[in-house]
Amino acid sequence: MQKRYMSIWFSTLLTDWIRIKCPRLKDLPLVFSDKAGNRMVITAASKEATLLGIHLGMPLADARAIAPDLEVIENQCHKSKKLLEALGRWCIRYTPLVAVEEDQGLILDISGCSHLWGGESAYLREIVNRLRGLGYAARAAISDTMGTSWAISRYGKVSPIIKSGEELTALLPLPPMALRISIIASQKLIKLGLKTIGSFISMPRSVLRRRIGEDSMERIEQVLGQKEDYFSPITIPEVYSERLASMEPIRTRKGIEIAIEKLLSNLCASLQRDGMGIRSALLQSYRIDGRVIKTQIGTNSPSINTSHLFKLFSLQIDNIEPKMGIELFTMDAVRFDQLDPGQEALWMTEKSMGNQKVIELLDRLAGKLGAQVIQRYLPQPHHWPERSIKKVDSITEPLSLPWRTDRLRPVQLLKVPEPVQVTAPIPDYPPMLFRYQGVTHQVKKADGPERIEREWWLEKGEHRDYYQLEDADGKRYWLFRSGAL
Amino acid sequence: MAIVKKEIISKLQEQILNLQGFKRERNADAIDFGLGIISTAFPGNVFPLAALHEFLATNLEDAAASGGFISALLSALMKKGGLCLWISTQRKIFPASLITFGLSPERIIFIDLQSERDVLWASEEALKCESLAAVVTELDEISFAQSRRLQLVIEKSRVTAFVIRKNAEKLSSTLAASRWRISAMPSAAIDGLPGLGFARWHVELLKVKNGIPGNWMIEYASGAFRPVTQVPFDGLKIRRAV
Repeated sequence: MQKRYMSIWFSTLLTDWIRIKCPRLKDLPLVFSDKAGNRMVITAASKEATLLGIHLGMPLADARAIAPDLEVIENQCHKSKKLLEALGRWCIRYTPLVAVEEDQGLILDISGCSHLWGGESAYLREIVNRLRGLGYAARAAISDTMGTSWAISRYGKVSPIIKSGEELTALLPLPPMALRISIIASQKLIKLGLKTIGSFISMPRSVLRRRIGEDSMERIEQVLGQKEDYFSPITIPEVYSERLASMEPIRTRKGIEIAIEKLLSNLCASLQRDGMGIRSALLQSYRIDGRVIKTQIGTNSPSINTSHLFKLFSLQIDNIEPKMGIELFTMDAVRFDQLDPGQEALWMTEKSMGNQKVIELLDRLAGKLGAQVIQRYLPQPHHWPERSIKKVDSITEPLSLPWRTDRLRPVQLLKVPEPVQVTAPIPDYPPMLFRYQGVTHQVKKADGPERIEREWWLEKGEHRDYYQLEDADGKRYWLFRSGAL
Repeated sequence: MAIVKKEIISKLQEQILNLQGFKRERNADAIDFGLGIISTAFPGNVFPLAALHEFLATNLEDAAASGGFISALLSALMKKGGLCLWISTQRKIFPASLITFGLSPERIIFIDLQSERDVLWASEEALKCESLAAVVTELDEISFAQSRRLQLVIEKSRVTAFVIRKNAEKLSSTLAASRWRISAMPSAAIDGLPGLGFARWHVELLKVKNGIPGNWMIEYASGAFRPVTQVPFDGLKIRRAV
């Protein structure tokens, strides 16, 4: 089937966008500027600004000199790509294949779509009018190749629709820039007096190649349809959402439970089809009086286990006040992840199943008490006691280095060291007795000192000399003296 | 003749235990806790799994000793793999130290909570999960009703629970299978050298269901319990059994 492509060009994309957002900027000269090296450069200009003589790539200071009352918006250029993607998604209503062009344009593969709008001219008019209605200065063109559509949408002056096979004739009066070749190459051609495509397109290829290079030749072949062009369509992120309207307002716990169960089973079924699992789900209950109650759950690993997810929701059902009744429930998978393909029951080992159950238990705990209550520790390569362990979030992160067994460490350790008063025969010796919280402990046996230096590259301070002490009852303590010589 | 008599007696004992509602764990014998002489106190000479064990600790030092003793038991319990939950408020346990008792600290998940009620709720939820090896709970108080709730959950999931009661002054009776008090004892010098010896504990088994309470002095040395006295220990003034 003959391919047809449509190119849409937004000549003043960013400035149009900002004007839709703040209408007060309408009809004012407006530019976007961004840092290039260490000076500000114009990256987008509105029509009014262009009329004043401001062009892209001009230093901002020069532009200000031309038009002192210029409106300048800084550091917003990354928006352009996002905006194009959003417009591309909007265009999916006209064709399933939409690609984003590098410089403020979209390419639509419209093969077999236009007749649904009553022919190509009606189709083109519909899209351009809708876009202009939104506030974007859009130009579009339709032809057999992407390159020709691109050229006509930007430089074409006659008709935006090029019939099949007439690409070359339409291109002939256009400047060399319309071929999407580099600026240097097109300037070279103009310098040689080849001001229109028609003046050089029939030249032997070998002659042209020597003048403008291999890349430009490839571009020309693509425009003429002699070589395949690249088209990478944008994909729309899947939205997982379910809704359930109730015949009569629901006021009972049982009713809410049934609704959640139904929504979950539908949601999980659609997620399972795509191999996804819920990381976070949001239940919205629309009450008759217009209030919306939001209930959110989160899991530690992607899950489509409905009974588990239901349990997480059931911990929060108490917070859903039905009052006069709930007429509509919606449930969205706010976050979802690739589901770890679990082993089938036949091969399910005790261990893998066990981990799954523990993760579900931790989800329940985190759901009620908050995720911060769950702690797991792994060793760190530091001697300093406070830094010898680190908190980890995942319960499956493996041990990267072994636990140290060469030094005895106390079973209980205070979070922050507390001062004790000691009596020692000689400064370096272990204490004879110490006093902690009003109780005096006679030291009978002692080991130490074990000196631990502070890591100077991490923090400043004194080193510590640790002593292991045993008092008359056999109770053991781990004390340190800070900063003795 | 004597052997026959012994056999008859052991059979009768088993029957009595069955009548009392004590069910022997199927694979309980497989785990060697290394408790040695202490295990004679338990019914059938086997440390009861899938049961609630409570440890009394009136002060921080006793809590530390209980923590060490429990870690040693856990390391035997978790030899085959699995995870363990340690649920508490104001936790002071230093994870890196537990390796001393053969327990890999990365296999413990600590749940640090604010209130006692949350601790009880979390413990109950955790005990419902049969794939955990054990659950350790540090609490101030546990009432009879609360212990019964935990016991009912344990009967279904067969998970072993350890409860450290930090406020042991007010003692309420519970449904625990055993009640322990572990306290530190002065260690003996190794080969007459100065410095600390091996950690020594006074282990009091104050209550045990279908068993005989007792108290012993043990030492933890080179990864195993070692009884210091083979006979029930009387050297120290024994606190009144509760």
